[in-house]
Amino acid sequence: MKKRKIVQTIGFSLLYLSVFIAIFALSSILYFVIIKGAGVINWEFLTSMPKEGMTKGGIVPAILGTFYLATGAILFSLPLGIFAAIYLSEYAKQGRLVRIVRLGINNLSGVPSIVFGLFGLGIFVKFFGFGVSILSGALTLGILILPTIIRASEEALLAIPESFREASLALGATKWQTIKGVVLPNAIPGIMTGAILGVGRAAGETAPILFTATTFFCSRLPSSIFDEIQALPYHIYALMTEGTHSELQVPIAYGTTLVLISLVLLINLLAIIIRYKMRKGKKW
Amino acid sequence: MVNKDKITTENLNLWFGKNHVLKDINIGIEENKITAIIGPSGCGKSTFLRCLNRMNDLIDNTKITGKVSLGGENVYNNRMDVVTLRRRVGMVFQKPNPFPKSIFENVAYPLRIQGVRNGISERVRKALSAAALWNEVKDRLNISALSLSGGQQQRLCIARALVTEPEVILMDEPCSALDPIATAKIEELLFTLKEQYTICIVTHNMQQAARVSECAAFLLLGELIEFNNTNKIFTNPADKRTEDYITGRFG
Repeated sequence: MKKRKIVQTIGFSLLYLSVFIAIFALSSILYFVIIKGAGVINWEFLTSMPKEGMTKGGIVPAILGTFYLATGAILFSLPLGIFAAIYLSEYAKQGRLVRIVRLGINNLSGVPSIVFGLFGLGIFVKFFGFGVSILSGALTLGILILPTIIRASEEALLAIPESFREASLALGATKWQTIKGVVLPNAIPGIMTGAILGVGRAAGETAPILFTATTFFCSRLPSSIFDEIQALPYHIYALMTEGTHSELQVPIAYGTTLVLISLVLLINLLAIIIRYKMRKGKKW
Repeated sequence: MVNKDKITTENLNLWFGKNHVLKDINIGIEENKITAIIGPSGCGKSTFLRCLNRMNDLIDNTKITGKVSLGGENVYNNRMDVVTLRRRVGMVFQKPNPFPKSIFENVAYPLRIQGVRNGISERVRKALSAAALWNEVKDRLNISALSLSGGQQQRLCIARALVTEPEVILMDEPCSALDPIATAKIEELLFTLKEQYTICIVTHNMQQAARVSECAAFLLLGELIEFNNTNKIFTNPADKRTEDYITGRFG
């Protein structure tokens, strides 16, 4: 009797401890970044160009660059991902081939991001000749988040009750009309959640854009998709590794980190809100 | 008066994988009458019904032999376009399945997919009236169909099936999810609908079959045991098994 109680107490304590350590690790990252970075955040930091060899001024080019890259990535991968998901879940005959394709897609999301960076360098920068540019970076990030989008879209499509499809087909709709008119409109909230999480991932990645899109310093804002750009994650990396005035640049790096982490958390929050609304609105 | 058969089946067999679900079904569904398909659960009633508008095509590993004719045309012919077939043979399901759209858009949906542009609201009104739902919803056509009661949803689904004026309406236990009052309304509706449509209804409710149908088919384990006037089936069945079933000895 007593022994069982002790074992139970030890078990519970271990569980509590694990949760505590996990929360502690996460919150200390936030705490650390806020303490170190909040000092440099002000309106000027967010709205002006870097000055004096990036020892002063703001991070506008990096914010804008991350915005362009993430937007480009989603513009490329969202349609592609949705169409791929529609094919896999609605059209393809479920069998070995589809299972292999799914396995491939799932494995793609486990590939280290630096591999995507090298792939983008080889394909987009060199082979297609897009150079180190917004376009190359956005396409590379697009491929990186493609598995996320496909999986989220597929799950959203599978969640639509079969009875909707049957009702539509029995009314003389074609398969495509059924997908367009009944399945897809109801799957959109789920697909959007996946897309937004994808944007968050794209905004935070460094390795895929390292060789394909970013540069240490732009003297002007980009004017076309073939221009090099700065980006928030790479800006942090550059300031910490290539800076020559670390006493001035390290605080800027922390400020940039705080901006990036807030951005990503905000994007994820948006996804959670959409998902929550979707669950609430669902009546079938 | 001799009525013409609208749908006939000849030696209809169906397998799901290795499971022989329908065995040599020969039946004639008469025009402008209500034909009831009765039988215990799992006897193949719904599967039979879904052969008539080829909804079983959606299920993998289905094998069908024999013939199903609609107005003399074999619906399993290669030349038969399944979309056209389903526009001629409408279906109402067991569980009301309106789309998560407005009442109006639910009924307009079959018209929109056919590319109809003019007179949609008039045809929606007509279909809702024919389904005895117009008076209840005419002031709130734009609210979500999912906010209607179960019985109203089912009548909405009937209106949705009627709006393109099919020749035949298949009903797969349309009242099994409804309360007695909603059921009575739908049965009443069936009587007015048969003037214009040929109706085939699957039901596991014996009283309902007796009340609404003129012909009845009794299926047991995938075989057609008896097919005759409803009156004859319920008062003087030819087969012992039919008698056992309708008197409630099994099923």
